[in-house]
Amino acid sequence: MFTFAPIYKNLGRFNQLTKKPLKQEIVKVSFKYLSVLSVFAFLFFFSTPTFAKGGEGEKAEKYDPVTTVMEHIGDANEFHVWYGVHIPLPCMLYAPEHGGWSFFWSSAFDHGHAVVDGYVLNHGRVNRIADAAYYSKGGHDDHGDDGHDHDDHATESHDGAHGHGHLEGIIKKKETTAEGKEKEISYAIVDGKEYKLDKPSTVDGGVLGGGITSFYDFSITKNVFTMILASLLLIFLFRAVAKGYKANDGKAPSGIQSFMEPFFVFIRDEVTVPMIGEHKYEKFQPFIMTLFFFILFCNLLGLIPFFPGSANVTGNLAVTLVLAVLAFLVTNLNGNGHYWEHIFWMPGIPAWVKIILTPVEVLGLFIKPFSLMIRLFANISAGHIIILSLIGLIFLFGDNGASVGGAAVGGVIGGLFTAFMNLIELLVAFLQAFIFAILTASYIGAAVEDHHHHDEHEVAH
Amino acid sequence: MMDVLFLADFSVIRPDPGLILWTSVIFILVWGILGRMAFRPIQNALKKRENDIQDSLDEAKRAREDMANLKAENEQLLIEAREERAKILKEAKEVKDTIIEEAKQKAKEEAQKIVTNAKQEIENQKMAAVTEVKNQMGNMAIEIAEKVLRKDLTGDKDQEAFVGRLVDEFKLN
Repeated sequence: MFTFAPIYKNLGRFNQLTKKPLKQEIVKVSFKYLSVLSVFAFLFFFSTPTFAKGGEGEKAEKYDPVTTVMEHIGDANEFHVWYGVHIPLPCMLYAPEHGGWSFFWSSAFDHGHAVVDGYVLNHGRVNRIADAAYYSKGGHDDHGDDGHDHDDHATESHDGAHGHGHLEGIIKKKETTAEGKEKEISYAIVDGKEYKLDKPSTVDGGVLGGGITSFYDFSITKNVFTMILASLLLIFLFRAVAKGYKANDGKAPSGIQSFMEPFFVFIRDEVTVPMIGEHKYEKFQPFIMTLFFFILFCNLLGLIPFFPGSANVTGNLAVTLVLAVLAFLVTNLNGNGHYWEHIFWMPGIPAWVKIILTPVEVLGLFIKPFSLMIRLFANISAGHIIILSLIGLIFLFGDNGASVGGAAVGGVIGGLFTAFMNLIELLVAFLQAFIFAILTASYIGAAVEDHHHHDEHEVAH
Repeated sequence: MMDVLFLADFSVIRPDPGLILWTSVIFILVWGILGRMAFRPIQNALKKRENDIQDSLDEAKRAREDMANLKAENEQLLIEAREERAKILKEAKEVKDTIIEEAKQKAKEEAQKIVTNAKQEIENQKMAAVTEVKNQMGNMAIEIAEKVLRKDLTGDKDQEAFVGRLVDEFKLN
């Protein structure tokens, strides 16, 4: 996910700051400096954490490359198209303790200026105000605190019972938890008061820095939207292909059918047949094909830098987790006796080795899909991070809009490297889809393989 | 290390329940729909086509083999026919030769026979002639003797002249 939105945002900014024409500045920069600067660019980028820290707390928004990149590769509850232009997505939120389900469009957040049912939009993601004090206001204040209360009613915009209100801003604070860990906690400012925000909902249980939250986010997010788009594209594409087979029955393939046929034949002849075997591959061909094309389409959509694309779908651990779990289920639900025997009581080796080997094999059951999950996630995320970092050079060199010449140099260097990286990412998109498919096929192949029968068969041939 | 990792909000490694749910739903739906609507029919169509192609190739191979067999058979037949012709010609020649030989033999025999017959006839004629001559000569001798006897033998010279004249007469005959 790498929208050009920050570029426009910052372009707009330095157009205001500097009245100099862009061209004049570019001419000033000789090529001699370009090579030197490109080296500095990397040094500069890799030292950004300190740079980012320096920018913290300042009121003026300084370009923080790490945060920007992380926000861009993350999921979002609205589709950022352009600076100030967002495509609203449906929000489906569930807070077990407060009101249950909430359904609304993300446009209800008014670009982060409104609190809806206690939810706020924090950098594109839905967060929930966790502070009980927020909800006790409004309809629940009949007991009254003091004379101040009446005054509050007059000025406060928010209705605590329904959780609606006007959001003035979100600030981040470093706090030390009871365990002595330093944590960054966000606060929503409503009516001049700070209310603690929950983190975006996750199911990691705090292991990966998330935590248990008071709400669950089942929204159609940017990633979900892209997955639906990829699915629809796949369904339309393959419906046309299947139609071709029906229309050209007994004839040579034509059109889109002959374009897609090599893919199908490739997956069959290079992936499923060699991995699963000639007699059993047919059952798994649809699963492997779906895996390959679903991952491929999500990867490719992620490479498109503007609206329908740009989502980092397969670079999100939740997505690869589901794919890996499905691969695990398909593999092990189809495992035959032979397969399980080899895992729990490997034949043909001494008993004491078996005792060591069995836990290793059982671990292997889970490590295989785990490696699938991490491989795809890491490859795609890394590609997006690199491209976003290269784009970020423009703002780093441009010194946040202060130096147009620097921005131009960054644009040239970053642009060239981004073009190069995009080509590599195109390869990676195909490669990772292929690797996921072929490895899943090999795991399935190991689970359904029947050694003895197979050997006899080979001899018979 | 974790602190560095979480310096910024590295949200993509924290699985979101909504994303897990939707990914599962979408992927399983796509799997089901594409499997039923596209992948199975495509697989069957491809298999059918491949079988058809294999069958056609096999058929062509078989036809080619049949053709080759037929050609070999024809050649065999041709060779046999040629042999037959040669044999017949040879036989005919032999028959011709035999017939000619026989005819020659027969002609020769016939000729011989004719010659023999002719010789026989000639012999017979000769014998008859000789006999005739002998008879004639006997008669002539008798005649002469008669004449001689009838004329009185007056002188030797006369007799001799007379005999001589008789012999001349005889010769003139």
